[in-house]
Amino acid sequence: MQPTSPNFKANAKAALADRPLQAALGKLAQGFPMRRAEAAARLPEFERLRDQARDIKDHVLENLDRYLELYEAKVVEQGGQVHWCETAADARAAILRICRKAGAISVTKSKSMIGEEIAINDFLEQNGIEPVETDLGEYIIQLRREPPSHIIAPAIHLSLDQVADTFLEKHTDLDPNRAIREPRALLEEARTRLRGKFLGADVGLTGANMLIAETGSNVLVTNEGNADLTYGLPKVHIVIASLEKIVPTLEDATTILRVLARSATGQDMSVYTTFCTGPKRPQDLDGPEEYHVVLLDNGRTKMIGSEFHEMLRCIRCGACLNHCPIYKSVGGHAYGWVYSGPMGAVLIPNLIGMETAGHLPNASTLCGKCESVCPMRIPLPRMLRRWRQRQFAAGRGGFVAKTALGLWAGLVTRPKLYRFLMGLGVAALGQLGSKGKFKWLPLAGGWTQVRDLAAPAGDTFVAQYHKGPRGDQSGDLIRKGWRP
Amino acid sequence: MSDARAQILDRIRGGLGRKAGDPTNPAIDRIQTHGKNLIPDRGKLPQDQQVALFIREAERVAATTAKIPHFDNVPTAVGDYLRRHNLPAEVKIAPTERLTALAWQAITVAGGRGEASDGVSVSLAFGGVAETGTLVMASSPESPNTLNFLPMDHIVVISAADIVGDYETVWDRFRERARRAGTEVMPRTVNLITGPSRTADIEQTLQLGAHGPQRLHIVIVDEPPA
Ligand code: SF4
Repeated sequence: MQPTSPNFKANAKAALADRPLQAALGKLAQGFPMRRAEAAARLPEFERLRDQARDIKDHVLENLDRYLELYEAKVVEQGGQVHWCETAADARAAILRICRKAGAISVTKSKSMIGEEIAINDFLEQNGIEPVETDLGEYIIQLRREPPSHIIAPAIHLSLDQVADTFLEKHTDLDPNRAIREPRALLEEARTRLRGKFLGADVGLTGANMLIAETGSNVLVTNEGNADLTYGLPKVHIVIASLEKIVPTLEDATTILRVLARSATGQDMSVYTTFCTGPKRPQDLDGPEEYHVVLLDNGRTKMIGSEFHEMLRCIRCGACLNHCPIYKSVGGHAYGWVYSGPMGAVLIPNLIGMETAGHLPNASTLCGKCESVCPMRIPLPRMLRRWRQRQFAAGRGGFVAKTALGLWAGLVTRPKLYRFLMGLGVAALGQLGSKGKFKWLPLAGGWTQVRDLAAPAGDTFVAQYHKGPRGDQSGDLIRKGWRP
Repeated sequence: MSDARAQILDRIRGGLGRKAGDPTNPAIDRIQTHGKNLIPDRGKLPQDQQVALFIREAERVAATTAKIPHFDNVPTAVGDYLRRHNLPAEVKIAPTERLTALAWQAITVAGGRGEASDGVSVSLAFGGVAETGTLVMASSPESPNTLNFLPMDHIVVISAADIVGDYETVWDRFRERARRAGTEVMPRTVNLITGPSRTADIEQTLQLGAHGPQRLHIVIVDEPPA
């Protein structure tokens, strides 16, 4: 999809005024964090498992080339094929080649963020092949031609009525007066429709939560069972995965599974965790005859060894979205591309460039909640700050911010002048603010439009400190004129 | 394509500051040792308590369970289930002798892979993991994986002896089986199943039976496998 990340501010504004979206986000903000906390509390070893999960991925990244080679050899040994792709375009071409060779008309697809990243659906359609999303949420947004608004709950932004309207509009062969304004009816309608698609598909395209070097398997985690009908019925199974999805062994995959669902939905384990290994075996009664892995780089190898290296540990659980005050206020679409929330704000500029996605690292209060819940302990706030630094270094800050920071930088090196001016400013602001707050302030309209700013109490901290009861050692240091 | 491969591997080595052909390879070691990481205490109970934990955890995620003494009781357990849910006396069973050789009496059975028209399937689990109430299904000619997903009702038969505490023990059993048979560790498909299919994609309302079975019934057989 064409990123709309440059319009983050406008997107966010629209999102704040979108009532169904705000209702959905309100629900999400209650549900997911509570369930995650309960699941974590049920497992005393949870924090230690997070440490181990982090260490496993760190070890993999340190040896990524080696694991990729071992993984590939294992896939090939068992009759599968690995297609190495540097760019999204390469991956699209590889998938199309496989589909063409299979004479495919219809492709079923289980939810894959990489599929979204390379916009495979539009591409297949342009080439006369029908792509059918089978995860219920993905199916809904495919009908609406929208990107996902959450990495694990793609249609989280929609109300039941919006889904019903979409079905009424798109399923035109059904009675337009049917009663579908309740969740079960909508699910039944989608289940029935997708059953036909599953059975008729020529190729099944799935993502992968992990790739296991030891066995050459891909791991698929779902609750609906759609991935299993996607790879299990057609003649050809294509796995599309980015190359950092590798883990060494079944035991390592297990450790990550123990933190994945708990962090994502608060389940101990998702309903279906599947390990696919190569094509069907000679006597098997079902399973695909061909097994392909499309292995995508798309900018990730450039992150290796960079200050964003640790982002490659991400297992796409969505916990950082669910706990982010910004995500919970504006939802996923405001971020303007397929990823969102803190992980999106770090990852998107890496994948599509700071020029296009530069706003996103600013869409954070740096409150640190994301890092505290990330099962892979990714230092998201630190990386968001890195992007801000890079942006500033590249001269991309706004005029107001740059001038203000420039002035401030000049002042802090002159503490006497700084304190004098601060004292004046604070006193003046204290006088100006009515009833202890501002409803409007020059240069801070973005803040005061939607909330009030507390007015200063009329004195600076340092001034108050000097007046008040004398404190400890550090206070002495300040009084003696010590400067860090 | 192979060019892309070389480029990608080069960039990784470059990023890590390492040259191609470095003889030490910790990746091979780790795979060969496949050491166990931390296993939660609740996966380390004695065998009899594991079965109880398995049942508790499976029921927590909306599966139902029944315990029977012998394999011969499977048709009766299946019959009870069908009657309880008012279902026709017709099931698709996994084409393994352990199921096909049973006396199914009034129940019409057919062995084979899952089909769209199947209402109820009966299959045999490779194992069960008490830690999370998870079934382990291994695909084979006698255990087609479509049986796990196409029907609305899925009945799984498992020997109590195959219920273990943790996933790690299951992986060891796969390795052991492969070593003895001289095959690869993993069959084409291994499905870990924890409760019946579900979705919360419409207004975050939890609903069972999204694409897979709406009900999952687990029949635990006390008799050890032959
Ligand atoms: S950054 Fe961490 S919390 Fe966010 S999706 Fe990735 S693994 Fe989950």
